[in-house]
Amino acid sequence: MLTAVIFLPVAAALVLLGVPRIPDAVVRWVFVAVAAIDFALVVVLWSRFDGTGFDHETQLPWMPSIGVSYHVGVDGISLPLLAMTAGLFLAGAVYSLRHTDRPRGFVALLLFLETASLGVFASLDLILFFLFFDLSIVGMYFVIAVWGHRDNRRAALMFFLYTFIGSLVLLLGFIGLYLAADPSTFDIPTLVEQHPLDGSPVAGGLVLLAICLGLAIKTPLVPFHTWLPPAHTEAPAVGSAILAGVLLKMGTYGFVRIAMPALPEQWRRYALVFVIVGVISVLYGALVALAQTDFKRMIAYTSVNHMGYIALAIGTAGTIAGNTEQARQLAVTGAVTQMVSHGLITGALFLLSGVFYDRARSYDMGSYGGLAGPAPRFAGLVAVGAFASLGLPGFSGFIAEFQIFTGSLGARPVATALALLGILITAALFLLALQRMFLGQRRLPQSVPEFADARPNELVAVAPLLALALVIGVLPRFLLDVIESGASTVVELVAR
Amino acid sequence: MLALLPELCLLLGAVGGLLVGLWLPRERQWIVHALAAAALLAAIALALADATGASRTVFDGTYTLDPTLHTVRVVVPAATLLVLALSRGAVRGHVRETEYAVLLLLAALGAVLLAGASDLLVLAGAYLLASIALYPLAGFAKDAPGTEAALKLALFGAFLGITMLAGITALYGLGGGTAYATLRGGLTEVPPSAVTAAAVAVLAGLLFKAGAVPGHFWVPDATEGAGVGVAAFLTTVPKIGGLAAIYRLSTEAVPAPAGLALVLAVLAAASMTLGNLAAFWQDNARRLLAYSTISQVGYLLIAPAAAGAELARPALLFYLAAYAVTNLGAFAVVAAHHRGENLDDYTGLFRRMPLLALTLVVCLLGLVGTPPTAVFVGKLTIFAAGLDSPMTWLVVLAVANTVASVFYYLRWIAPLFKEPTDEHTAGVPVGWAPATAYTAGALTLLLGVGGGLILEALSA
Repeated sequence: MLTAVIFLPVAAALVLLGVPRIPDAVVRWVFVAVAAIDFALVVVLWSRFDGTGFDHETQLPWMPSIGVSYHVGVDGISLPLLAMTAGLFLAGAVYSLRHTDRPRGFVALLLFLETASLGVFASLDLILFFLFFDLSIVGMYFVIAVWGHRDNRRAALMFFLYTFIGSLVLLLGFIGLYLAADPSTFDIPTLVEQHPLDGSPVAGGLVLLAICLGLAIKTPLVPFHTWLPPAHTEAPAVGSAILAGVLLKMGTYGFVRIAMPALPEQWRRYALVFVIVGVISVLYGALVALAQTDFKRMIAYTSVNHMGYIALAIGTAGTIAGNTEQARQLAVTGAVTQMVSHGLITGALFLLSGVFYDRARSYDMGSYGGLAGPAPRFAGLVAVGAFASLGLPGFSGFIAEFQIFTGSLGARPVATALALLGILITAALFLLALQRMFLGQRRLPQSVPEFADARPNELVAVAPLLALALVIGVLPRFLLDVIESGASTVVELVAR
Repeated sequence: MLALLPELCLLLGAVGGLLVGLWLPRERQWIVHALAAAALLAAIALALADATGASRTVFDGTYTLDPTLHTVRVVVPAATLLVLALSRGAVRGHVRETEYAVLLLLAALGAVLLAGASDLLVLAGAYLLASIALYPLAGFAKDAPGTEAALKLALFGAFLGITMLAGITALYGLGGGTAYATLRGGLTEVPPSAVTAAAVAVLAGLLFKAGAVPGHFWVPDATEGAGVGVAAFLTTVPKIGGLAAIYRLSTEAVPAPAGLALVLAVLAAASMTLGNLAAFWQDNARRLLAYSTISQVGYLLIAPAAAGAELARPALLFYLAAYAVTNLGAFAVVAAHHRGENLDDYTGLFRRMPLLALTLVVCLLGLVGTPPTAVFVGKLTIFAAGLDSPMTWLVVLAVANTVASVFYYLRWIAPLFKEPTDEHTAGVPVGWAPATAYTAGALTLLLGVGGGLILEALSA
């Protein structure tokens, strides 16, 4: 069942490519249909999830002589991310009903990307994880290079080189883990059970360094974030939404799934590094976002800020001294909730930023003003997205950040206090942006006579994402129950 | 004698093809190519049938049948088959159509013999067979670039061949024999530095075959000057034989204290780095591929340098097969896109021939080592062997080089998806090259996904 969920999109993509002369409209609706079916299947997986350990597990030998198997399964950490991924792709599919040129290739590529993304979150084997991780990079490269705009080739190359370097460093770390295990294996549950590098500080430190460097580039954490702004800005709207919503989570998810449980001793030793890098990412991301005049670039930098909270939380989870298990669990739960929440909210905001480009070919905030008049629905959506993103109570971002701060305050009071400043700055920058673009004198870029309001497909794509963020903000239990089951396991494993 | 049936098949194919070709009119010379293909297929089938047998030596220990040879006996004919197919369009009806097939078979036979030789004199014979057949092939078109290619190849082959013979003489003097088993015992009493010096001289010839630094100078010119088919062959098949021979020599003949592993590691580092650096700004597709093959040999050389690791041999053999298929796939695309001299000429290929463009993407990303292609599994296992041995610095360098290589492969991939301009109007694909490219591209993916089964067999 899980395998079907992962490979359904790519199978559909092959059919689309294989059958000649499909009308564009059919291609677009096939995308919606496949994404919807896949989402429905993930919901079924969720409903059948029993809440303990790995569920829907499949393990088949793949390369037994080097300990590689096709091993997939879900637990409380990966399931919400799978659901978020499938949901975001569905939103992207609905959004693409109007917005693409050369739709066949685009749809096939996005379906391929969906398989890769779902695969990363479902993998329980390091090589399988790496495979999907790399394929997602390749897929996204083509999305940016072929369907992006402005300086997209340069941005695509930069994205590819950066994240590919990251993935190879990650691979080095994986091989290190593989060689340390006895018998050598790439199987994640086995490695977690053995945590083979505890007691060898040098090798363990190097392997942790390699894995975390690779994941930090993907996440991205400051100072490895320089690929992110151009990649996000030059990608097409759906591409940016997937890049921010799904691909960034592969980095943070990797920390929680692989680095923390498989290298617990090293994680505890170097936990402070993550706290510091997290706080720097929070503040730096927020401050740089504040200085942006380009709407999409601003959202991109708030992603750096939001990922910083996650780093802070997982760093705290490795801090044992002066910390309680309850606080650590709260931090990890908050981190995973933040991954889901950021995916929904930032995904929605990037889709909305596509509307700017569609109507007026510009993201420059200075050239817009008073848009709330001609485009009230659009203004409403952006406003809701902005408030959700800055962590207003009632939205998922608040639940996530509240848990992160509560979990971190006891063990890392100074860092948490500094990170709190990030929320203030984000609030300021979003309010400023809303004010500039939607209120006051009506302004539009030259040669653009009018600004059409959100179209039905844009509304249908974005509104559910924000609605979901609201539901999680008001009634979070259905999500938190699942996440807590996974988070408590991780917290126990790190404390070993 | 029965143990050498696959080799005999290749020989019979070559000799028989030559004789048949003498009596055939020019328009019916395709029969020789069909005969060659049959011989290659028979060689593959016989090699596969023999591969299950235990490792053993034949002819007084001068020739070893083990997984290394079994693999090479399958990969080399298969690669030759792909070369025959991809150059079909270029040589059909050519004056020397017969000679083309015959020389390919002989060079392939030389490569197989290189892999099996476990005696220095057999090695020297195999080297000559594998090299001399290539010289006329490089100059096959009888044009200026082809002549230059043939001349460079012949000069380097002769020079490094002589060095190799000198090394063989020295090793014979030091170890009191030419068989690897004798040398293994005889060389332990000798000062290691003398053994290293002699072994390095022997390596010189094999590095020429493998196209590794410092025996790489002929590669770019020969690849650009010779026909696409010959270039594909030159950068693939001799490498397979050369690397298998290097592995055998360094593990079976030279004792470990001679420090050959370090020499090989340095050569590996130099090959991958220099190949990559030179490939960076190449605008000619074939030259780019030529330098890329030099860097690929660098990765492959990690295996003999890390020969102590359990995974080293399966990794080398798998990587060789993966590399052969992927590299031939890229050359097949060049052959199919017959106006594709420079990278610019590939602008908009995706619009005109989407499948061919995708094949090129698969092959180039395959050469980078992106999963799920075959080279990824090869790189993964070879890196694991390197870290296990431990040659950590070499693996780190290889990873850095892999990252750097992404840049120039992407320089080729990027124009594929641009809008085609008028000057890049469609060249109609010729002959069987497109089909060969698709086959190789599919094989790359298949080997990558099914790598487990093959690695299992290789580790046995």
